Amino acid sequence: MKPPQFEYHAPSTVDEACALLASLEDAKVLAGGQSLVPLLNFRLARPAHIIDINRIPALDRIYERDGGVAIQALARQAAVEDSETVARVCPLVTAAVRLVAHRVIRNRGTLCGSLAHADPASELPAVLLAIGGHVVARSTRGERLIEAGRLFSGVMETALAPDELLVEAWFPTSPQPFAVIEESRRHGDFALAGVVRAADRLALFGVAPTPVLADPRDPTRGLQPSGDLEATPEFRLHLVRVLAEKAFAA
Amino acid sequence: MKVNGAAHPEPVDPRRLLSDHLRHDLGLTGTHVGCEHGVCGCCTVLLDGAPVRSCLMLAVQAEGHEVTTIEGLAADGAPLHPVQQAFHECHGLQCGFCTPGFVMSVVGLLQQNPHPSTAEIDEGISGNLCRCTGYASIRRAVQRAAELSKP
Repeated sequence: MKPPQFEYHAPSTVDEACALLASLEDAKVLAGGQSLVPLLNFRLARPAHIIDINRIPALDRIYERDGGVAIQALARQAAVEDSETVARVCPLVTAAVRLVAHRVIRNRGTLCGSLAHADPASELPAVLLAIGGHVVARSTRGERLIEAGRLFSGVMETALAPDELLVEAWFPTSPQPFAVIEESRRHGDFALAGVVRAADRLALFGVAPTPVLADPRDPTRGLQPSGDLEATPEFRLHLVRVLAEKAFAA
Repeated sequence: MKVNGAAHPEPVDPRRLLSDHLRHDLGLTGTHVGCEHGVCGCCTVLLDGAPVRSCLMLAVQAEGHEVTTIEGLAADGAPLHPVQQAFHECHGLQCGFCTPGFVMSVVGLLQQNPHPSTAEIDEGISGNLCRCTGYASIRRAVQRAAELSKP
């Protein structure tokens, strides 16, 4: 299989990557590639430029700051899964990242990439939303924080501007109790529906164009999930009710 | 990039996938290509010792890294790698198409966790699809590989 033709760029600093993003039309950032490369292989994505950030050194740190844990753009999901810092500060992230695909995918995939890709059925965006984290976006114009509540704007769409690079995600300390539960047809598949509990907050994934916050007492209120070959809308609503009940029974 | 210990020049075309580069440019056809979107696991290789999908990487991204394919696990005429030996003993295959990917995934699994429980084995091989065996013999092969890998 052949991805469509593109011009390949491999910057060696964040500044260089931002300069490329600012100057090139129709550029896409390549981090772990576990979502982008399949899209290229199927030619569902045909960017003119690929900006591969994997050559940027020291962009894979996981460190504590501001009472939470910061995870940089090149930290692989497997590194997050194995991180003692993440397990201690925000075990909700450890639990959620284990549900992302398979270990072999997580060896390459990045946590920040999952957030920037913003698949509505993805676990990590819902965790960021439930727990009230943020991401740090960098561009030649400067740096800004984007709160989780403002980050996800549609199916695979975020508030990141075309010239911005997501350099870091930040998660506050996990509130107790927490839970992340999903239902999928096979282990490692995208969830048909899933819930994240962070103390009294509930976020849902797989049932709306973006992850959404919901009322734990009435989790399906206002929801209109789509149906597909794997689940009808009614079944997804049923799953939300059952999973939310499970999450709050703990 | 280094493949199975030997240095190779960088691929010319940046859109060349690592899987295609290994097969078409280097002739290492032991790396199989199934779904080409990261689901089947047939194309799994080791990148700096950790298993990854070679169909989800551009070959240029492997520049400066070490790639190990199924051909690199045991030299011609040398004893099989313990994971290969275990798949052979337990007949953890039927048609063999998925086998290189399984073997490379299991090499990675046992490096990360030398004594996996049955649940951990199931999770460890869940990213690889086999349409022949029903997995029973493959699960036995992973257990046997763990035994054979003991120092």
